[in-house]
Amino acid sequence: MLSVKDLAVSFQTRRGAVDAVRGISFDLEKGEILGIVGESGSGKSVTSYALMRILDAGGRIKAGKATYSGIDLRRAAERDMRDIRGREISMIFQNPRAALNPIRKVGHQIEDVLREHARATRQDARAKAIAALRAVRINDAEARYDAYPFELSGGMCQRIVCAIALACDPRLLIADEPTTGLDITTQKAVMDLVRDLIRERGMSSLLITHDLGLAAQYCDRIMVMKDGLIVEQGDPVQIFSDPQHGYTRKLVDATPRIGESIRSLLPPADRKAELPHQVLDTPLVEVRNLTKTYRGKSGPVQAVKGISFTIKQGQSVGLVGESGCGKSTTSEILVRLMDATSGDILFEGENIAAIPAKGFARNPRRAQIQMVFQDATDSLNPRHTARQTIVEPLRRLGGLRGAKLGARVEELAVLVGLPLPLLDRFPHQLSGGQKARVGVARAVALEPKFLILDEPTAALDVSIQAVVLNLLVDLRAKLGMTYLFVSHDLHVVRLLCDHVIVMKDGEIVEQGHARDVMANPQNEYTKTLLAAAPTPPARRQVA
Amino acid sequence: MTDMPLKQSRKTSGGVDHLIYVLRANPVTLIAFGMFALIVLSAIFGPALVPYDPLETNASNALQAPSWDHWFGTDNVGRDVFSRVIVATRLDLSMSLAAVALSFVVGSVLGSIAGYWGGWLDIVLNRILDTIMAFPLFVLAMGIVAALGNTIENIIYATAVINVPFYARLVRAEVNIRREAGFAQAAKLSGNSDIRVLAMHIFPNALPPMMVQVSLNLGWAILNAAGLSFIGLGVRPPTAEWGIMVAEGANFIVSGEWWMAVFPGLWLMIAVFTFNLLGDGLRDIVDPRKRT
Amino acid sequence: MSSGSIASLMFALWPRAKTLSSPAYPRLRAIALRVAQSIPVVIGVVLISFLLTRALPGDPAAYFAGAAADEASIAEVRTALGLDKPLIQQFFIYVGDLLEGDLGRSLSSGQAVAQDLAKRLPASLELTLTALILSCAIAIPLGILAATRPGSWVDHLCRVVVTAGVSLPTFFTGIVLIYVFYYLLGIAPAPLGRLDFIYLDPDHVTGFYLIDAALMGDWETWSGAAKQLVMPAITLALFTLAPIARMTRASMLTALSSDFIRTARAAGLSNGKVLYGYAFRNALLPVVTTLGMVFSFALGANVLVEKVFAWPGIGSYAVEALVVSDYAAVQGFVLAMALLFVVLNLVIDLLYTAIDPRIGFSSK
Repeated sequence: MLSVKDLAVSFQTRRGAVDAVRGISFDLEKGEILGIVGESGSGKSVTSYALMRILDAGGRIKAGKATYSGIDLRRAAERDMRDIRGREISMIFQNPRAALNPIRKVGHQIEDVLREHARATRQDARAKAIAALRAVRINDAEARYDAYPFELSGGMCQRIVCAIALACDPRLLIADEPTTGLDITTQKAVMDLVRDLIRERGMSSLLITHDLGLAAQYCDRIMVMKDGLIVEQGDPVQIFSDPQHGYTRKLVDATPRIGESIRSLLPPADRKAELPHQVLDTPLVEVRNLTKTYRGKSGPVQAVKGISFTIKQGQSVGLVGESGCGKSTTSEILVRLMDATSGDILFEGENIAAIPAKGFARNPRRAQIQMVFQDATDSLNPRHTARQTIVEPLRRLGGLRGAKLGARVEELAVLVGLPLPLLDRFPHQLSGGQKARVGVARAVALEPKFLILDEPTAALDVSIQAVVLNLLVDLRAKLGMTYLFVSHDLHVVRLLCDHVIVMKDGEIVEQGHARDVMANPQNEYTKTLLAAAPTPPARRQVA
Repeated sequence: MTDMPLKQSRKTSGGVDHLIYVLRANPVTLIAFGMFALIVLSAIFGPALVPYDPLETNASNALQAPSWDHWFGTDNVGRDVFSRVIVATRLDLSMSLAAVALSFVVGSVLGSIAGYWGGWLDIVLNRILDTIMAFPLFVLAMGIVAALGNTIENIIYATAVINVPFYARLVRAEVNIRREAGFAQAAKLSGNSDIRVLAMHIFPNALPPMMVQVSLNLGWAILNAAGLSFIGLGVRPPTAEWGIMVAEGANFIVSGEWWMAVFPGLWLMIAVFTFNLLGDGLRDIVDPRKRT
Repeated sequence: MSSGSIASLMFALWPRAKTLSSPAYPRLRAIALRVAQSIPVVIGVVLISFLLTRALPGDPAAYFAGAAADEASIAEVRTALGLDKPLIQQFFIYVGDLLEGDLGRSLSSGQAVAQDLAKRLPASLELTLTALILSCAIAIPLGILAATRPGSWVDHLCRVVVTAGVSLPTFFTGIVLIYVFYYLLGIAPAPLGRLDFIYLDPDHVTGFYLIDAALMGDWETWSGAAKQLVMPAITLALFTLAPIARMTRASMLTALSSDFIRTARAAGLSNGKVLYGYAFRNALLPVVTTLGMVFSFALGANVLVEKVFAWPGIGSYAVEALVVSDYAAVQGFVLAMALLFVVLNLVIDLLYTAIDPRIGFSSK
């Protein structure tokens, strides 16, 4: 149905041409769902834009051939391509809210496509648009017709994007990271819907994703891309059980799965024995009836509704939930960047909730409670070098000066595995993984007793996530720190944490020993969360 | 995010590389830097170098067209237009520099406070800025100079007042988007007080867009000051100033003595043009995406 | 931005505003709110112009009485203006006078300032509006062309025009145009007002000569008025061209690189639909916002252009008043301009409300 031969795409940049895709070949059968998996910069999205001939300015197909049902997509006239787009080949995108025209009613946006491809006339466009909305299982389609994108949730917006893509019954659907930015339960709903629609209509599909687990669950066949090349392709079970290429092996290893340890995320050569960490019975942090109420535009919003939990010394606790569940608010209150509305936080018996966040910078406890931030890029001052960033807490809270200070910074760099020459670089000169290491070095500089990790790997590629998670495990053992690990990813939490707390709508719905909660969830919501996470096939038997 | 190798290559380049790249790709910016140097030099050394005394009248030599002796001709009382144009650089430049410096400082302080702490401070500041912006700005400047009195200082104050909202709003926005940024939060965790976070971490990051604004604003401030003196406010004859020279020359344009008005006007235009080009160039260096 | 914070303030101060009006009409509520927001601005404007009249160094009464006044007439002015009363009371007297349309009496014309301004306002408006229509008609297409062909000659032209346009002192452009088209080429009429003396003024209906002459069917007068209008309007348009073209180009580029444009292209919509139906509609929003700033520039530059072309509008009235230290006239002019600008801003914001469906809902 779709045949790609030696396709190469290059972008004209100010440093000369950059080859984003360097000669890839593949075929897509009728009715097949083919996954293209790769980390950022692998050229997977560019491939799909090239097929649709909607490359950004400066990009062009340099060589190769792409044939769809006998039509040469590279040479076809722009007029013919317009005809193909939307009617033969459609596309859905990541970040669905931005993918819709913000000031046009969604119904009209569907009509535009129908009218363009002469699938509807002025008279029946409305009815057909509503039918298209129904087709993507939108309840109350007639009311939704008049909605603007900003009035709809992210998942609903993605359904609308699907409705636009499928309105003219195309035979090939390209899905470009369709669930990035969506919550895990929404992700499952959207992916299930997309798969069902594809199967019902006998369509083919290209699913582009960075998530090997997701691709394994929904695709008939997977291609792994790296640096503009296809390094391996095969069916999901084979890819997972017997990866041939070194890069695929690394990716497979780094994808968290049930029944694996944190060390198994790393390539076999790097797997050292995990250092044990000691959990004492004395509590380090006790949270009592914590609440937080924001003043919203339409009345007060209760983000945290009276939660209580205890973190023991040396324990690692995972705080899990979807966006808006109050987990970030809770962590900001615990790290004393925000004041609670009511409730106590006993830190080694002292109620630190009584100390205003405003003046906490001068409190002796400041050095003992630290945080690793979600987005490493955002958390580093763009005008400070890595060294200046790490120096900051040492100088201001640790009182170190001169040679001692310099020595400590280098000691920390070694501890987090940051090569010393990189210390004098600015954040924009560092890679994502290196930035994460700088952020960790800063947080552990004063050897805090309590470290809050706010989705520290959310913005990282899986292979880098694997390294950073392992670094955190090592540091925990070496420095005897207590962790609160905030995450939306239950699989990751399970690898790192002893205890897990599940939050929903500002309340704790379930907590307990990590292994118990994962193996035998009691709460309905926890079950939903677990079920929604993609489950990749088990690892190959030979280690 | 989308996998775009080209974005990464942009990120990894250093600041100096980028500067060289921008200057090479955009020779106009290079020219602007050169013209800027020329303007500054003539402001500093102009009065010492010009061939004639800018205030010396010579009735027998009035209204001469440009010649070798008088490059820009002479005016209706026989003063050398070239000398007057060059000498005026210092006055025009210092008026606008003083005004912009004043509004930069005041705007930065007000904007930082409002952007960082928000709340009623922010509301009050916004209310005041809204009221200032509710006037057509040049008209407000006219009103202020008319009310405070017809002096050069008052031109500076008036120009500063109408510029303050731009700086305050810009700083407020830049500070506000960084208030909750990870690095600001991290700075607090490192033991910085709010004021230190604002002054040492957030404000320096707001400086690059501010410098662009300063450069664009200098041009605008010169235009404003010259406009005010064109309608007879502030500078008084016989002082050499571009606006007032154009006003004097305007009376002779319908009889064909174009040089009296055109040369000072041209100089004024070149000065403003330089600052605008410079601002655009700086914008390229600071943020290539915002090029407009 | 500021309107957002005003909105939040209004919500904070006035929690019932939401429940009072029907939730079914959030846009009507937004419009009502926007109109209500003008009230504090107007109060602020009146307060500032009051302070400007009272902040005169020395004795304000001496200023208002004029240079030739003696002790007795200064004292008379002081009592007339209530300058011997406390400042608060003076303010209320000032506001009371304003409400009756009393802006004081002009020293030079001997007329009430309000009357003078009302008589001259149509001339200024005709000039400003013509210039703005002209500059929008050129700048918006130019900006779109430049944005759709980045790096092309149109783009470079746009950039040069934009940078040169904001650098041109309006009074200088006007003088150069007069020299070239009146003195050298002789194709433009003398830069002396709205209508050559060989024509009779058209009957006063709107005060806009072009409209009034057209209403009378007097096309000779119409073309006479149009000829006079061309050069000052071009001068003013050149100045306002730059910010509009610049904003159109920038917002069009932003819109074109948005995700939803990619969706539209991937759905096979035609270029025209993508460009005008999707990108331009979105790009228009920031352009409309910029118009407020452009009006501010235009009204200010208007003063200079009127002086250069001896245009009998309120700007040249103020300049004449400045020369003879006629303060009541100057301050009346400042206040009138500010109120005019407040109204224009209100119109712009209402226009914005009409094209952006997100207005009236909590912004996300």
